[in-house]
Amino acid sequence: MNIVVCIKQVPDSDKVTIDRETNRLNRAGVPSIINPFDENALEMALRLKDLHGGKVTVLSMGPPQAEEALRTALSLGADEAILVSDRKFGGADTWATSYTLTLALKKIEEPIDLILFGKQAIDGDTAQVGPGVAHFYGVPMITYAKSCEVIDSGFKIQQVTDHGYNVWEVEKPAALTVVKEANELRMPSLKKKLAAKKAVIPTWGYEDLNPEDEKIGLSGSPTKVHKVFAPPVKLNKEILSGEPAEMVKELIYKLREKKVI
Amino acid sequence: MSTKKEIWVYAEQENGHLAGTVFELLSEGRKLAEKSGFTLCAVLASANGKPMHQELFNYGAKKIYNVEDPKLETYQNDYFAKVIDTLIKAEEPEIILYGASTIGRSLAPTVAVMGWAGLTADCTELDFDTERNILLQTRPAFGGNIMATIICPDHRPQMATVRSNVFKKEKVGEVETGEVIDVTVDISGVRERMKRIESVVEEVNTVDLKAAEFIVSGGRGVGSPENFDKIEALANILGGAVGASRATVDAGWISHHHQVGQTGKTVCPLIYIACGISGAIQHLAGMQSADLIIAINKDSDAPIFDVADFGLVGCLHDIVPEFTRQIAALRA
Ligand SMILES: Cc1cc2nc3c(=O)[nH]c(=O)nc-3n(C[C@H](O)[C@H](O)[C@H](O)COP(=O)(O)OP(=O)(O)OC[C@H]3O[C@@H](n4cnc5c(N)ncnc54)[C@H](O)[C@@H]3O)c2cc1C
Ligand SMILES: Nc1ncnc2c1ncn2[C@@H]1O[C@H](COP(=O)(O)O)[C@@H](O)[C@H]1O
Repeated sequence: MNIVVCIKQVPDSDKVTIDRETNRLNRAGVPSIINPFDENALEMALRLKDLHGGKVTVLSMGPPQAEEALRTALSLGADEAILVSDRKFGGADTWATSYTLTLALKKIEEPIDLILFGKQAIDGDTAQVGPGVAHFYGVPMITYAKSCEVIDSGFKIQQVTDHGYNVWEVEKPAALTVVKEANELRMPSLKKKLAAKKAVIPTWGYEDLNPEDEKIGLSGSPTKVHKVFAPPVKLNKEILSGEPAEMVKELIYKLREKKVI
Repeated sequence: MSTKKEIWVYAEQENGHLAGTVFELLSEGRKLAEKSGFTLCAVLASANGKPMHQELFNYGAKKIYNVEDPKLETYQNDYFAKVIDTLIKAEEPEIILYGASTIGRSLAPTVAVMGWAGLTADCTELDFDTERNILLQTRPAFGGNIMATIICPDHRPQMATVRSNVFKKEKVGEVETGEVIDVTVDISGVRERMKRIESVVEEVNTVDLKAAEFIVSGGRGVGSPENFDKIEALANILGGAVGASRATVDAGWISHHHQVGQTGKTVCPLIYIACGISGAIQHLAGMQSADLIIAINKDSDAPIFDVADFGLVGCLHDIVPEFTRQIAALRA
């Protein structure tokens, strides 16, 4: 079985802050990681491979440094990695990213059985690239997958919903976005780590993918960032300290004043 | 761009039941309609739409695009995307709003690529720029560390998903009637590539959490699963629900249905009481829009105090039971 996992390198959002004066992100010194949900997608792929054999390819679009994320994926057990990178692809929103990733998938020679995505990327939290690629590539899509079992007709998927879960049967090839609850991650092995360091990772750029110019990068992106600003802070707050009984009394008094209790 | 001056709200339904978010979207859509002069419409794809129409009108829809087909009883991405894409291409609305539910977050991105529309996910604020005729879509990014306003200047429709409980629902009243446009979309040609074979509703608790006017949430400071009793006691006396930080869920003290935050539920109660929660940005992402926030934490530097209206610095094990006692005394 051939599985492709789309992984994105993201800044560790735990450590990103905003400069309240310039409204710019402080990204210096912020480590880059594999988008956490993509790790679960990769783990799902590796487990399917453990059970059924086949090949796991990781695909990432980003600046040259995104290669690190791909090497990490190789050290965890992915067989091959492809980096999609070109200045012309820069500034892509989810629409243009979906389009570009689809061209890369189409360039992969072996027929693909399953394409996996993380539930969402933690930098933008949009959760749009998975469904976008699925449509462009022409395969059915199940979002929020918690488990994936191979059956005769294709795959049997458990999908997390707002109130419980659904079970789907979907034909092959298919695309899934994967949630964190799907699995626990494995550790990289030393041997694979060494091999990953030496692995040759092909980079596919503009010439390789031969895209329609108006569909890539900034110009292919319908959405634009209009402005970025720091989340508002509350003024007029009241911080109380002292004896619990007194504090609570005062709080309740104030809440009744506001007529909220 | 010669689009129809309409704002559409996707009226998400399953088995003939409208999702709660639909009413929040209509309420917010009304404000946008007022500001832009556009007409607010609901788009309803279902097996039998009529019984749902009245409620849509009551919340402000002036017009309903009604598509019926037995195959639209429950959600299936291929069918619904085909229906909405067809409608968009025929009617060319300016704006479409969807709930950021499991369904909305499958449907909207598919429709966006089908028509080269812009889509902004998980908006927490919507506004209309009357000068440029564009929708201003504001949302948190980088786990809530920053806010970004996204626009879609050159493509139509402008589409956004909105999480539940971000906007308040406000009924217009019992509206006499409105315009219903029955549209037939032929989906017989859409091949069935996936089939839903089971649908399980698991929990009851989160229903409370989303609808609750009061939420009392516990964090790592609660200390043990047993101590959640104190949180629950306060929630009970207030007639509210119990929330939790991810740290307590990860520790196995409480089920994940209670988790509030980026990877949990977004809530918007009248009062949110955070007990022993530090206020990590991912937690704030789920509760920041509560009307009033009360923080109880022994560390006066905890970031939760930055978003609190009232902060109580001290040990929650003393304060929370005291709070419960005094409320009980008040009610007695
Ligand atoms: C991608 C991602 C997604 C995430 N999603 C979420 C999410 O959806 N929701 C979420 O909550 N978190 C989420 N997190 C985790 C988040 O970053 C924090 O780790 C988590 O919210 C911390 O929980 P906490 O405040 O309970 O624990 P801590 O940060 O450990 O804080 C405990 C607090 O309790 C106080 N305290 C201790 N004892 C007492 C006492 N006796 N009385 C009063 N106060 C006391 C301490 O002073 C401290 O401030 C996410 C993280 C990542 C990376
Ligand atoms: N640049 C990218 N390269 C590879 N995969 C990506 C990229 N951007 C997004 N993805 C995939 O799409 C998922 C959803 O991303 P997003 O729509 O940005 O939230 C991620 O979890 C990844 O699996």
